[in-house]
Amino acid sequence: MKKLFSTLYVSTQGAYISKERENIVVSLQSKELFRAPVHLINSVVCFGNIMCSPFLLGLCAENNASVSYFTEYGRFIAKVQSPVSGNVLLRKQQYKYSDDGKFCLETAQSVLLGKLSNSRTVINRALRDHEDKISDSDKLKQVSDGLRRAIANVFNAENVDVLRGMEGDAAVAYFSVFNKLILNHKEEFFMPGRNRRPPKDRVNCLLSFVYTLLVHDVSSALEGVGLDPQVGFLHKDRPGRPSLSLDIMEEFRSVIADRLVLTLINLSQVNANGFSESPSGGVIMDDENRKIVIDAYRKRKEEEIFHPFFKENIHIGLLYHAQALLFARYIRGDIDAYPPFIWK
Amino acid sequence: MLVLISYDISTIDAGGQKRLRRVSKECLDYGQRVQYSVFECEVDPTQWIFLKDKLLNTVNLKKDSIRFYMLGSDWKRKIEHYGCKKPVDLHGTLII
Repeated sequence: MKKLFSTLYVSTQGAYISKERENIVVSLQSKELFRAPVHLINSVVCFGNIMCSPFLLGLCAENNASVSYFTEYGRFIAKVQSPVSGNVLLRKQQYKYSDDGKFCLETAQSVLLGKLSNSRTVINRALRDHEDKISDSDKLKQVSDGLRRAIANVFNAENVDVLRGMEGDAAVAYFSVFNKLILNHKEEFFMPGRNRRPPKDRVNCLLSFVYTLLVHDVSSALEGVGLDPQVGFLHKDRPGRPSLSLDIMEEFRSVIADRLVLTLINLSQVNANGFSESPSGGVIMDDENRKIVIDAYRKRKEEEIFHPFFKENIHIGLLYHAQALLFARYIRGDIDAYPPFIWK
Repeated sequence: MLVLISYDISTIDAGGQKRLRRVSKECLDYGQRVQYSVFECEVDPTQWIFLKDKLLNTVNLKKDSIRFYMLGSDWKRKIEHYGCKKPVDLHGTLII
């Protein structure tokens, strides 16, 4: 199995990243801040005004380390990758299947099954562990039951559009009770529902940021096994949208991203004062909080989790890679259905 | 696995300075400098063959000495650090 290496996040404004022999060197006004050999770095993520020398980009591409650029606030801008990547036959098969209605439906059913059952597990876990602290546990039980019925219905859907409708309904129901899972600092951290572009409250801001990190990792994993992250099955193709990443990400949203955000809030790890409102009404977090979130996400990725399909413990950071591998096997026809990661 | 590399290069003769520079650069390609002539390199077996070969071709074994300490893959609990110049934990959070 692949090894889990570190991601280098650079958020010092004005920093310059260059190559020196086999090293990645980060410097600020010609003062060296960091140096590491490229083979120990999985990817480089730049936030805001960070400069990378062309030779560094070449070095990273050669060593299969991706370099991505985000705005200071975490919106994805661009990604640099090596010239030839992946297996063209696998991708051609993926394109062919993406026009095949039956295949799309079956894939979307698996993906949705993963998403719904994991969302439900998150709610059920909260009920089991903290029922005493949750104000309105009946509402949670209702949503959990609703999700259970939806799961049973997934395989009755006749086409992908029906599934998209089910997904939307489930998401609305799930986020309508998300507030109840927040047990601490309820005045500062409160969400009326999911909103984005821009997120209008602190919880949505945190969720959006963690989803961004997640999309980035899932896309890298898909590209790593030779799939095209833009050609999806549940999500429609749209220029610039990593539809397949979004498909595969569905099963991870609640288990990894949502729970991470809840932990950060419930254990008072993020600071409610570290958020500010932009003129457009969006809420953005400061550097301090962003570091806390990134750090917590990295720690989460190093934890181990039991993978029910491989029947072994793997790092959460490698979960994306494992699912990408399974998806590639599914496209190749080695397995009959895509087994989503289902959290127990 | 982690390999600790330490060396003594004789700089009395003309080529010494050059060898010293080359050895340090080659070590730096694979790891980080923890003290002046001490490097920690995390390598897989293939990389280790390349690195060792490069180093042994650079040093002059009549005048210099170089030592390799194999710390294996479970090296984290075998190393303690005191004092300044703490090396970067490349498996930790790298936020610059």
